[in-house]
Amino acid sequence: MVTHPPYLYPDYASTVLRAPSREPLPMKEDPEAAELTGPVFGHGEVDPLDADLTAGHAGEPLGERIIVTGRVLDASGRPVPGTLVEIWQANSAGRYAHQRDQHPAPLDPNFTGAGRCLTDDEGRYRFVTIKPGAYPWRNHPNAWRPAHIHFSVFGTSFTQRLVTQMYFPGDPLFAFDPIFRSIPDPAARERLVAAFDLDVTEPEWALGYRWDVVLGRTPMEDA
Amino acid sequence: MTTPSQTVGPFFGFALPYAADWELAPEGHPGAVTITGRVLDGAGEPIPDALLELWTGEAGTRGALGRTGAGVSGFGRCGTAPDGSYRFRLVPPARPYLALLVFARGLLKPVRTRVYLADVPDPLLGSLDPARRATLLARPDGQDVYRFDVRLQGEQETVFLEF
Repeated sequence: MVTHPPYLYPDYASTVLRAPSREPLPMKEDPEAAELTGPVFGHGEVDPLDADLTAGHAGEPLGERIIVTGRVLDASGRPVPGTLVEIWQANSAGRYAHQRDQHPAPLDPNFTGAGRCLTDDEGRYRFVTIKPGAYPWRNHPNAWRPAHIHFSVFGTSFTQRLVTQMYFPGDPLFAFDPIFRSIPDPAARERLVAAFDLDVTEPEWALGYRWDVVLGRTPMEDA
Repeated sequence: MTTPSQTVGPFFGFALPYAADWELAPEGHPGAVTITGRVLDGAGEPIPDALLELWTGEAGTRGALGRTGAGVSGFGRCGTAPDGSYRFRLVPPARPYLALLVFARGLLKPVRTRVYLADVPDPLLGSLDPARRATLLARPDGQDVYRFDVRLQGEQETVFLEF
């Protein structure tokens, strides 16, 4: 019940005028509901190179090269194969390749920071990227976001759709970040923190992190 | 032990949109309609950094992300413009409604709703009082165009469904 954050969390100021004031209605029992299905993504739609965020530019991006991998699972622990995973992030200096990001940290001409892949038969995804930097935002005085990678995951039904953020272990900014702290249950919060993994790490090449994504139940499974 | 949701933030614009993502059907496709509207906050102000995802419940022949060929897709995505507006061109599905998800900076989890293209007998519509029910009905607005605003908060707040 307390896995997800509430809509209204005033410490994160942007929620104040955007949080719905009424409780969302429970899903009606309807086995034909459109939301119990979801889009299917074909391999022709996703280029395997899209999973390497360090490629596709004239040179190597600056920063700490990392591998981020894990599995997408449903609430019963079953792998979700063939689902779309999209990521986006700031560069190693904490700057997004977005025209409205005004943080005075350098843009990296060799890093855009967006990638996508489909999970394999065992629900596994894998990205090669650069460890993102922390960056300031204007939520409150001296507000800094912990380093994070945004994740977008689909699952098998539209009601499993998840957009979240993966954080890095031991970040000193966790205690001060209202977006991370908006999750009421501290144990649930920790599920957003990846684990450093020497087995994923590749010698002379990149540090490895492991992070699994568990999607919520469909309403029919809840019943 | 599901993974908690976090906000999409303001800077998804270089990552999530893809070519022709709002066009579930090509221009001139027989029977295609356009749905347009705005996403508004509790002060009635437009939200310029929201992302909408539309799912018709039918896969179609065009691929979810691919937009080549003359077929139709069941999935679309559209970021809001500076005036909070969005649009989708699609072929209406067999069901009277479309499933809609809205992500935005300031939404720690998306809101989910339905866009009904016709006021028909329906278990969800039937459970709502007239004022609330009206928030789920798209309004015809000229030939082959429907208007549907999403109001995240306030008196005319859109009916949202559990997520």
